[in-house]
Amino acid sequence: MSEPASEQVLRVDAYPTHEVGGYRVRAGKPFPFGANVVPGGVSFSVFSDQATSMTLVIYKRGEPEPMAELEFPQEFRTGSVFAMTVFGLDHENIEYGYRADGPYDPVTGHRFDARQVLSDPYARLIAGRDVWGVEPDRSRGYQYRSRVCLQDFDWGDDTPLGIPAEDLVVYETHVRGFTRHPSSQVTAPGTFAGLREKIPYLKELGINCIELLPVFEFDESDNPRTNPETGEQLFDYWGYNTVSFFAPKAGYAATGRYGMQGDEFRTLIKDLHAAGIEVILDVVFNHTAEGNEQGPTISFKGLDNATYYMLTPEGYYFNFSGTGNTVNCNHPVVRNFVLDCLRHWVADYHIDGFRFDLAAILGRSADGTPLPNPPLLELLAYDPVLRHTKLIAEAWDAGGLYEVGNFPAYGRWAEWNGKYRDTVRSFLKGDPGITGELATRIAGSPDLYSTRGTSASVNFLTAHDGFSLADLVSYNDKHNEANGEGNNDGGNDNASWNCGAEGPTDDPGVNALRLRQMKNALAVLFTSQGIPMLLSGDEVARTQQGNNNTYCQDNELSWFDWSQVDENSELLRFTREMIAFRRRHRELRSTSHPTGQLRDTLGLPDISWHGERAWQPDWSAESRLLAVARCGTGDDDVVYAAMNSHWEAHDLELPALPGGRSWHLFADTGAEAPYDIRTPGAELELENAGKYLIGPRSVVILVGRTPDAEL
Amino acid sequence: MPLSVSLSIEGDTTVIELEGELDAKTAPDFHQTIEKAAGHGTSTVEIRMAGVGYMASAGLRSLVFAQQKVGEHVTIKVVGAIEPVARTIRTAGLDRSVVLSDD
Repeated sequence: MSEPASEQVLRVDAYPTHEVGGYRVRAGKPFPFGANVVPGGVSFSVFSDQATSMTLVIYKRGEPEPMAELEFPQEFRTGSVFAMTVFGLDHENIEYGYRADGPYDPVTGHRFDARQVLSDPYARLIAGRDVWGVEPDRSRGYQYRSRVCLQDFDWGDDTPLGIPAEDLVVYETHVRGFTRHPSSQVTAPGTFAGLREKIPYLKELGINCIELLPVFEFDESDNPRTNPETGEQLFDYWGYNTVSFFAPKAGYAATGRYGMQGDEFRTLIKDLHAAGIEVILDVVFNHTAEGNEQGPTISFKGLDNATYYMLTPEGYYFNFSGTGNTVNCNHPVVRNFVLDCLRHWVADYHIDGFRFDLAAILGRSADGTPLPNPPLLELLAYDPVLRHTKLIAEAWDAGGLYEVGNFPAYGRWAEWNGKYRDTVRSFLKGDPGITGELATRIAGSPDLYSTRGTSASVNFLTAHDGFSLADLVSYNDKHNEANGEGNNDGGNDNASWNCGAEGPTDDPGVNALRLRQMKNALAVLFTSQGIPMLLSGDEVARTQQGNNNTYCQDNELSWFDWSQVDENSELLRFTREMIAFRRRHRELRSTSHPTGQLRDTLGLPDISWHGERAWQPDWSAESRLLAVARCGTGDDDVVYAAMNSHWEAHDLELPALPGGRSWHLFADTGAEAPYDIRTPGAELELENAGKYLIGPRSVVILVGRTPDAEL
Repeated sequence: MPLSVSLSIEGDTTVIELEGELDAKTAPDFHQTIEKAAGHGTSTVEIRMAGVGYMASAGLRSLVFAQQKVGEHVTIKVVGAIEPVARTIRTAGLDRSVVLSDD
């Protein structure tokens, strides 16, 4: 309700003190940076250390030419911050930018050019790429236009879910790719709203955390290449080339043309939370879309190049990201920018966590040297607003820094565990002598995370970057010709095996083995300690036709084909039951690494290793069989998982169980569906309790529990 | 096409009838009417939109504004919106703060 006029406080700061360019203005507040609606007007605040003057450029929404250019009076400058409140603006129908004047001297790092209109790094909305894939008008001088955004979303009673890290099951997906395929049958394919319609599917799958590939505004048309086979335009589809860090991508919103992308995204987040699903954003602070000296000037480069980028002594751009430039993220101003940005996503979008692309860069100093105590990482770890968010590092970069297990964690950071991926892949394809390292990986990698517990390890076998699971078992080699780079892009160390034929085949034996291998992979992933991450579509055998680098493919190579939900229902059922099994058994989610100590109640250790003979694991160079039994953290059951990557079957002697328990079969990937997996709690009691024959290249999961009462 | 806005009271419902285009130019008229409606203290505000053929982002924003103006104890009903308009309201998530109905 509006207050009666008599009780309204008249604010002195709602009155102008100056006039500039026909507009009434007064000095703005230096903080917060960005454009903020204040009584009667909009306060604009922007930082530039070396600019000699700054001009606010205002456009009517969508117009090519500005309606006003207001130079900041010198008295509106505080330190290196230019701040001005402009009264009487229709803030919903304007776009704004800045002209920064200053030295142009690349050798000293300065690239000021007052001819360029620059985007506000703190803009909370961006116009100019409102609908995905629409060819931009490149003749316009100012492409990515900052807009004023109101913070008026009604969150109702939405609060962070606070799911303990060890209980997470992460599902990595792409906003557009998830529902763009015509088979998705959603109202607005390829958008936040489309994803919102698929929440029931996610809930049924059992995941409780969705990790979205970049959603900060980027330019999908930022790819000059075409597909050499078809001539089709290629895109920047993944979006690891941020244009604006505070703005959700308009082209991911069905309502982007109305400027409602913020509300649409928040609505999705609110509904995901209501369904018990957390939201983690994949964020890219290691580089920007401005490239090197040949790249476009969008924002940072023209506002304060020497502050924001790591520069060589000659003024060129260090390239630890492999994309042209490297953000100088341990500079005090830049690290505050990163912090402000993340706080914004947590406070204003209720985001639950972040995965940091090429995060090793975040630990480098201005000249690229890895820092022992990187201030940015410490800042994020202890920040009050980010305090309960999940922070996940991709703990390497393109400059050769590989910090898996050594990432400066401050007790807070988890990591994408690349060693887990490589080890399990290698084991699954039948490489010998891996059992020792496999044991370490499935126990939560205590060699890497001894002081941080199992939830420091995000375990994954596949991610957006690399082969999908179906391709991992269908291709020995990458097939990236469609990317237009002569098959030279994408990783070469895939540890993949095609099961006897390269690519699609009619051979029923090969296809059966591939399906079994996918089940093996999922069975190992969901019984490993650490946080499992599933790549979207792997549950229905999504293929990229052997392309392990689909960053540019906005087509069926990348999209989730919903017809596969029915066609590959066997694998989907297997995945759902595996996730449900993990949720049922806390010993698989224990936060501490196992010690091998006896559990008093059961007379068994928390973890024990076995081979063909109980209690006798085979760690030899030729071994391809390993079994693990876990028990005693939370329930009285014993979970036994035997992993056989040998092409022959093996008789397993099962360890004896304490007090009235017997072995029950939950999953055997060597068995035909529907006997390959059962509903957790409805496992089948083994008749021959001491033995089990594990088939070639199979995983068997048993539960040692009290038998069901006789009916 | 300009927007015509009318305001009436039917029992415990304040009725706002809109006809024309709801966009940046016309939204302020709608805002003024909402402010009046908020002062009436009825338990429901019904916005009849069958005559609205086009709604721009400013119109969508108006619905957010409306909910904030009348407070959470008042139900806002949007009645008769044509399908493209209703779909946009749903997609932006505004069907959480207003009730969409056909009649």
